[in-house]
Amino acid sequence: MNINEKIQKQLDASPVVLYMKGTRDFPQCGFSNRVVQILDEVGAVYTDINILEDAELRQGLKDFSNWPTFPQLYIKGELIGGCDIVTELYENGELEALLAE
Amino acid sequence: MTSPEQIKEWIEAGLAGSTASVSGDGRHFDAVIICPAFAGCNTLKRHRMVYAALGTKMQAEIHALSMQTFTPDERKS
Repeated sequence: MNINEKIQKQLDASPVVLYMKGTRDFPQCGFSNRVVQILDEVGAVYTDINILEDAELRQGLKDFSNWPTFPQLYIKGELIGGCDIVTELYENGELEALLAE
Repeated sequence: MTSPEQIKEWIEAGLAGSTASVSGDGRHFDAVIICPAFAGCNTLKRHRMVYAALGTKMQAEIHALSMQTFTPDERKS
């Protein structure tokens, strides 16, 4: 299985996937921590994946999504964005709407 | 180490019609970018446009970039 297939499999397995630095219990980056806080705040059910533990995944995701940084939040297999965007969507209520769909 | 001024130059060079204000410590940067081309684009698309303007510099030079993106009209309001 190549890395794209692996990523697709992860995205298919869970409606909400957060690729982050560290884990939801122990985030290792302020931006990743912020997204975890927001998701927990809105009661989202999500899978967290620590890209610090998998260099192939870390690079593979950047190519897959054409997005250069982490965290990366996916809802229903689609890239929603990083910390800035998730924060914006949370503040305007759109995040909860997306999660509710 | 990359300076905020350098990032400002790269954004403005790579994204036609844009004005950028950038601050940062050499690893984490904050940018406010105003560009007419953002009109009609959602936030994700706007961020992608800025990343495209920076190209490979995002991989090599810039550890983190927080962005606020506006069209000239949005900035006025």
